[in-house]
Amino acid sequence: MSSDDVNIGRRRFLVATTSVVGGVGVGFAAVPFIKSWMPSARAQAIGVPVEINVASLKEGQLLKVQWRGQTIGVLRRTEEMITGLSKVDDRLVDPQSLLAEQPEYIHGEPRALKPEFLVVNMHCTHLGCVPQMIPEVGPQPFDENWNGGFYCPCHKSKFDLSGRVFKGVPAPTNLRIPPYSFLEENTLIIGVSPKGAV
Amino acid sequence: MAKIASSVSKQANALLNWFDDRLPVTAFWNNVMTGYMAPKNFNFWYYMGSLALLVLVIQIFSGILLAMHYKPSATEAFASVEYIMRDVDWGWLIRYMHTTGASFFFILIYLHMFRSLLYGSHKAPRELLWVFGMFIYVALMAEAFLGYILPWGQMSYWGAQVIINLFGALPKIGEPLTQWIRGDYFISDATLNRFFALHVIAVPLALLGLVLLHLVALRENGSNNPDGIEIKKHKDAAGKPLDGIPFHPYYTVKDIFGVGFFLILFSFILFFWPEAGGMFLEHDNFVPADAMVTPIHIKPVWYFTPFYAILKAVPDKLLGVLTMGASVGVLFLLPWLDRSPVKSIRYKGLWYKVLLTMFTIAFVRLGLLGMAEGTPAQTWEMRVWTLVYFMFFVLLFFMSPGGKTKPVPDRVTH
Repeated sequence: MSSDDVNIGRRRFLVATTSVVGGVGVGFAAVPFIKSWMPSARAQAIGVPVEINVASLKEGQLLKVQWRGQTIGVLRRTEEMITGLSKVDDRLVDPQSLLAEQPEYIHGEPRALKPEFLVVNMHCTHLGCVPQMIPEVGPQPFDENWNGGFYCPCHKSKFDLSGRVFKGVPAPTNLRIPPYSFLEENTLIIGVSPKGAV
Repeated sequence: MAKIASSVSKQANALLNWFDDRLPVTAFWNNVMTGYMAPKNFNFWYYMGSLALLVLVIQIFSGILLAMHYKPSATEAFASVEYIMRDVDWGWLIRYMHTTGASFFFILIYLHMFRSLLYGSHKAPRELLWVFGMFIYVALMAEAFLGYILPWGQMSYWGAQVIINLFGALPKIGEPLTQWIRGDYFISDATLNRFFALHVIAVPLALLGLVLLHLVALRENGSNNPDGIEIKKHKDAAGKPLDGIPFHPYYTVKDIFGVGFFLILFSFILFFWPEAGGMFLEHDNFVPADAMVTPIHIKPVWYFTPFYAILKAVPDKLLGVLTMGASVGVLFLLPWLDRSPVKSIRYKGLWYKVLLTMFTIAFVRLGLLGMAEGTPAQTWEMRVWTLVYFMFFVLLFFMSPGGKTKPVPDRVTH
């Protein structure tokens, strides 16, 4: 075949269409391999609700449990802790928790079904470390007017005893509240809202 | 006797010829070793590249041996590392080689990169060489991070938690992306298992490929030198650069001397100070991973702390992550930010010496602050040095075209 017979336009068209179709094919073929990285069926299946008896919790005591791989804290707050919450309102990013990730049945400053029991996802909303509870009121190395709360060792984020975030720290939002409800007076269940399982 | 020797050498020659007819053995040797002319004025800073290559070999060698005893599972990983340390014959030596090697890799790479800032080795026509080098650096950071998870200690676990959640700061795709990386809703066995796969095969393969590209790009234009002069501009009648000497034997001998000195230093750390006071192996990582308790003082290994300090300095999640990303990303652009007509610091004016000194202090200081407890005063200091870090690149861009320079000699100096 002499070079005069070459239809350059058709060749270019064929190369272009083959490339496009091949590219789309590669894209589709990649799906299984990319999807194989997602949480497996087994990982998804683990996540049953967790029941906790809070009767034995002392005032001011924090209990940590695991639910769906997350550390959930249950804090039995004292009367002073609850009344002291409003003292720090003006230093908080979102005192009414309007931007926070929490169930719709959680309201106001105490952020709890029963103000006495704070149920909170302990993972810092910055990068997921577990903050320490420092309930003492008084000057701390990281805050001169500390009113008790949670302090994240990773990047110095501060939260009050309702898990509300302070201004000027890396964490963007208040600590999350998981869905939970009370089965009985002193038994709460994490992962089930008052209306039923989630 | 002489007869036998000459006959042996004849046989050897014949064998070499046999190979040369089928594989370009001699041609390759001449091309990259004896025929490759390197500038004759290399100094101390020119040891780092070949030493980094040596450490890469040490890491691959010790890593293969470690992989024979290590178990990449959340229930067994921590114990298997202790098993290597206590029960495997010479296991402690192999593991300490690997951990010491990791830190030395970064020491060498940082010095190697600093050399480029000194002598302008990133400038035209070596921009791609620098960019490949940056990709190696990023791959190395990924490799170090992935490897750090494997002992499944407290710092492994919480370090992974923090770094993976960095991706969660991205709007919309953040959360699904972190799940995709972890393979679970939290750092779990699935995460450990895939990080092992990435650490032992995926990233090392990419690293080797990048190192090859780095070397090919290096040989294309040849090494820069402390004077920043192109030696190929002045050639003798035979076409050899007047200021060049053959890489072999001159620089192979120099590099072997460097290797000897380096291995003494390396062995000293390896045998007498492998934890380096918690810098190379962190104390908290001798505690098994616990998903419920974050260690009180969490910080990355020393080679990440400058960037960690930049992350901590910004009081906003997304902005902090973006700033940290930018602090590495901006280095890729260095060849185009440095618009000075001369390469070497020797012929740049005082302005560059001041800029580079400030940048170096900022980087070291950020590294120290990244390890520190983090008082409010330190947070402010981190902000200042973060600003200095970025101002280096901004000022370099604006000052380099007009900045004072001294005349560059035609030939290299001694």
